Amino acid sequence: MSVLVFLEHHGTELQKGSLGVLAKAATLGGGDVAAVLVGGGVSSLAPEAGKFGAAKVYVVDDDSLEPPLPQARVDVLAKVVRDGGYDTVLFANSVLAADAAAGLAARLDAGLNWDLVDVELRDGELVGKRPALQDSVLVDVGWKAAPRLALFRAGSFDAPEGAGGEPEVENVTVELEDYSRGAKVVSQEQEESSGPSIEDADVIVAGGRGLGAPENFTLAEELARALGGAVGATRAVVDAGWYPYAAQIGQTGKVVSPKLYVALGISGAIQHKVGMQSSNVIVAINKDPNAPIFEFSDLGVVGDVHEIVPKLTELVQQRKGS
Amino acid sequence: MAVRASDYPPPFAPPEFVAEPTDPVDERIEVGVLIVGAGPAGLACAIRLGQLLDEHPDVAERLGDVPVAVVEKGKQAGSHLVSGAVVNPRALRRLFGDRYRVEDLPSYGPVHGEAVYVLTRRNSLRIPPPPTMRNHGNWIFSLSQLARWLAERAEEGGAMILPETAADKLLVAHGRVVGVRSGDKGRGRDGQPMGNFEPGADLVAKVTVLAEGTQGHLTGVALDRFDLRSDEPQVWELGVKEVWRVPTPLRSIVHTMGWPLRTRAKYREFGGSFIYPMGDDMLTIGMVVGLDYRDVELSAHDLLQELKTHPKIRKLLDGGERIGWGAKTIPSGGFYSLPKRLHAPGLLLCGDGVGMVNIPRLKGIHYAIESGRLAAESAFAALRRGATPASALGSYDEAVEQSFIYRDLNEVRDMRQVFGRGFFVGGALASAMTVSKGRLDLGKLRAEPDAEQPLIRSGRAASYPAPDGKITFDKLSSVFLSGNKTRDDQPDHIRIERTVHRDVADMWVHMCPAQVYEAAAADGGDTVTVQVSPSNCVQCGAITAKGGRLTPPEGGSGPEYTLA
Amino acid sequence: MKVAVCVKHVPEGSPRLDPGSKRLDRSGEGALNHFDANAVEEALRLKGSDADTEVLVVSLGPAKAADSLRKALAMGADRALHVSDDGVAGSDLVATSKVLAKALGRESPDLVLFGQQASDSDGAVLWAAVAERLRRPVVSQAAELSLAEGALRVKRQTEFGYDVIEAPLPAVVAVSDAINEPRYPSLKGIMGAKKKPFDTVSLADLGIEAGEVGEAGSQTEVLALSEPPSRGDARKIEDDGNAAQAIVDFLAEKRLV
Repeated sequence: MSVLVFLEHHGTELQKGSLGVLAKAATLGGGDVAAVLVGGGVSSLAPEAGKFGAAKVYVVDDDSLEPPLPQARVDVLAKVVRDGGYDTVLFANSVLAADAAAGLAARLDAGLNWDLVDVELRDGELVGKRPALQDSVLVDVGWKAAPRLALFRAGSFDAPEGAGGEPEVENVTVELEDYSRGAKVVSQEQEESSGPSIEDADVIVAGGRGLGAPENFTLAEELARALGGAVGATRAVVDAGWYPYAAQIGQTGKVVSPKLYVALGISGAIQHKVGMQSSNVIVAINKDPNAPIFEFSDLGVVGDVHEIVPKLTELVQQRKGS
Repeated sequence: MAVRASDYPPPFAPPEFVAEPTDPVDERIEVGVLIVGAGPAGLACAIRLGQLLDEHPDVAERLGDVPVAVVEKGKQAGSHLVSGAVVNPRALRRLFGDRYRVEDLPSYGPVHGEAVYVLTRRNSLRIPPPPTMRNHGNWIFSLSQLARWLAERAEEGGAMILPETAADKLLVAHGRVVGVRSGDKGRGRDGQPMGNFEPGADLVAKVTVLAEGTQGHLTGVALDRFDLRSDEPQVWELGVKEVWRVPTPLRSIVHTMGWPLRTRAKYREFGGSFIYPMGDDMLTIGMVVGLDYRDVELSAHDLLQELKTHPKIRKLLDGGERIGWGAKTIPSGGFYSLPKRLHAPGLLLCGDGVGMVNIPRLKGIHYAIESGRLAAESAFAALRRGATPASALGSYDEAVEQSFIYRDLNEVRDMRQVFGRGFFVGGALASAMTVSKGRLDLGKLRAEPDAEQPLIRSGRAASYPAPDGKITFDKLSSVFLSGNKTRDDQPDHIRIERTVHRDVADMWVHMCPAQVYEAAAADGGDTVTVQVSPSNCVQCGAITAKGGRLTPPEGGSGPEYTLA
Repeated sequence: MKVAVCVKHVPEGSPRLDPGSKRLDRSGEGALNHFDANAVEEALRLKGSDADTEVLVVSLGPAKAADSLRKALAMGADRALHVSDDGVAGSDLVATSKVLAKALGRESPDLVLFGQQASDSDGAVLWAAVAERLRRPVVSQAAELSLAEGALRVKRQTEFGYDVIEAPLPAVVAVSDAINEPRYPSLKGIMGAKKKPFDTVSLADLGIEAGEVGEAGSQTEVLALSEPPSRGDARKIEDDGNAAQAIVDFLAEKRLV
């Protein structure tokens, strides 16, 4: 098995999710792992990739390819795969990576399994693990032939910095297809964000009826600010007019799967559950020890949100400040 | 001084829902016959019309592009239908003749055997089925599934079915019903039009048939507008049922009486349960309770959960999985509560909407189908004569009076009322009535509207089992299982007085199988504020019987029953 | 101008996996994937009242997919193309994109629109694969879309702000659900939909061999179903005054603070 990992960067940093995939690839035991880096000034990032498990890094250092457009990257990947004889290409999910992976799948007529949370070598065959039905079931998926493409869910793997050495760096030049040069980024704007939107947030702090009164939503807001997250609400409090409908999470609101979901005073009725059950980590605080939410949270705290949350917010701020 | 739900009439006046067409004439949607409701009555009407128009293309031609249209507020035909159901096939046979046999319809087979039990908390006593409960020759259906099949036949016959379309207003011009106005879509919680606001439209027709089912919105409006109500008020039962996948097949249909309903007259808990096999691997179990009950804490949903804890019933469900849930009211006033007339200028009324249900036999579907078929024939006759003389529609009343609908309802006309005297006295009287084929005349016993029953408290809720997630379940997860994913930010479709005596509020809280109502903390006195979560509503209609008024929400809202 | 919108008919209600095929049970009721409704809406906005623009909706699926196509026609699309063939069932990304590209190729649309994902999570990233086969530029996550003089301009939201991207037509665009609020079909629209042109084609009509699609033509396969790992050690504690600290410690352990 010869594995190629698509690495992403933003500015001068390698993107954590793709590094996680790289680190995972290095542990699969299939031999040396290579990585691909495309963009302006990325040569300087190649050695970093070595620390996370890349024995070789293909570099396309070209300012005109810096904008995050997928099709040029498909051209690069296709060439590297063909020339280097790679039979497995791994991606960490991002808008760019997803488009690149799918484009590459069509270019090579290769199988792409996406939304994977893990992968393993089983009797010499690569098997991916993909959650389905709102994460209530795990599906084993495979590839019938090489090349095998895999797209992993964001944050599936940690990126522990290993002691890997200097990778071999190969500069690649590629003829781009006409259509790969069609799209152009005309401008990029950084926005002063007032916090992430619920859909994009890595952390969501959600409030339910257990907050007691609409004014108490400030507890959720302050904790969210401290954690760098967004604020969500249950249907019950939205119905009661405590918080706007745009923040509603659940069957008839938004469906989210952040890294961390903190549920304050939420009972966990199924209408809410289906909107957040695939969150990575769920922490719930509720006065009622029998609240259904405790059945599917990772840390359940039976207690009074009014006493716990202010202290929690303070502790988080301290930690972040230090 | 006892408190009654009727002390707090809802903010609702029928004239609000009667209007003349307002769309410019060339924007109005013109159809030949407009049927409201894609249930058994409405679809039977559409199917029969299709047959008649096929035989008489000259009439069809004069009806324009859309000779027959059926509007349905649910996502599709069957989405809002809940029933047992054990169906008497005679009306289906009359509708289809030799085109289809009952075997060709999607059923769970004929009834193979039947058992009736009287239950106590721990025991059961099998009794011979009372004369009204002989189901030999009847077939088991999922009404929701049957409606989907009937809808396909109706479309094959040329009817246009318009789902996700609520009939909001009755269009009346010069004293004649000329159609309905469909409901708006895309309004926010406060009624304000949102970005994708789509106003309703005037649907005008030569004949309008209301087949809306129990608590039909425009049916109620029409009964008032044209002064058609019987002197005898309509009363209702509330049925809550579940569908289960089970490891051991049930072979016969089962009805139970007694526990968990209480037998003393002062409680007025009339009803029972049904358990019907659905093939080899499923069954349906339901609880039916008269809404003239008096206990504030009575909850049909919780009674169903309680019923399932009975050792005999539990055995049927062990190792199984709950896969469906639904709730709906059933009109139970019978013969005396039928409207004075079933027609008005431009209008015909069918099925459960006007109370064509035989409660002692728990049958109504075949009456609905037959009434739909007869309505089609009268509508067709009226259309044939060119102009639509109002009197032509009167032939419908005559036809219904000559039919088995009338005959059957008349035979059991007094049975429901006697149960107000308690289960045992009632049971004896009921048997006597059946045996005499209705000739036993007790004099008409007046029924009171359900909302006028005095409310009492007896700590009834203490006996309801806590949901264990395996055999017993809470209301919210049940609403989820009904497929209800109603858009939240739309106007509240439930009309009730918000500040009421706590007894009325608590009664609503327990009554509603979908947990729509909550009583907010009292301000010290006896009155509380009622909070409403309208998007939970599965449109069962119980609130209309007990002091409020259900109107149709945005088309497409509500449950999406598939196996109910 | 011709705008083609790819739509999918997805299962409604509680999704189930069919234990036999281990794929999504599509035998029950279905509906137009609500993300695709955004794409149909965007196409209709681009058309506006221009009689020279045709909005064509395309779907690949079993007979029932016709319902979703009709809903799109009821919203205002002009024509529907249904690739209906049992042989398509079980197709993966490679096979599906092949069929769609063939169908779209025949139509030569100026713009192809997709919704941002399928609610049954089976169709995500299809647009990039289709664009590759059509050899056209692709832009995804469009939160705003405008056309001028044979080119399109897309505003795409990112984690950092937004990018403005231009591309020449013909092109493929996947719209995000933030781009618009899909209209409700009017009753007139629903009734008029029945009269609009509706073509149904088979794989043979497209010149595709059975072996190129379906399970046989797919490069990925479903092997088995299993229970997901339980959420690990779920912990439940009672607040004795130190809950806040316990939570922070837990978060630190999970590297979330």
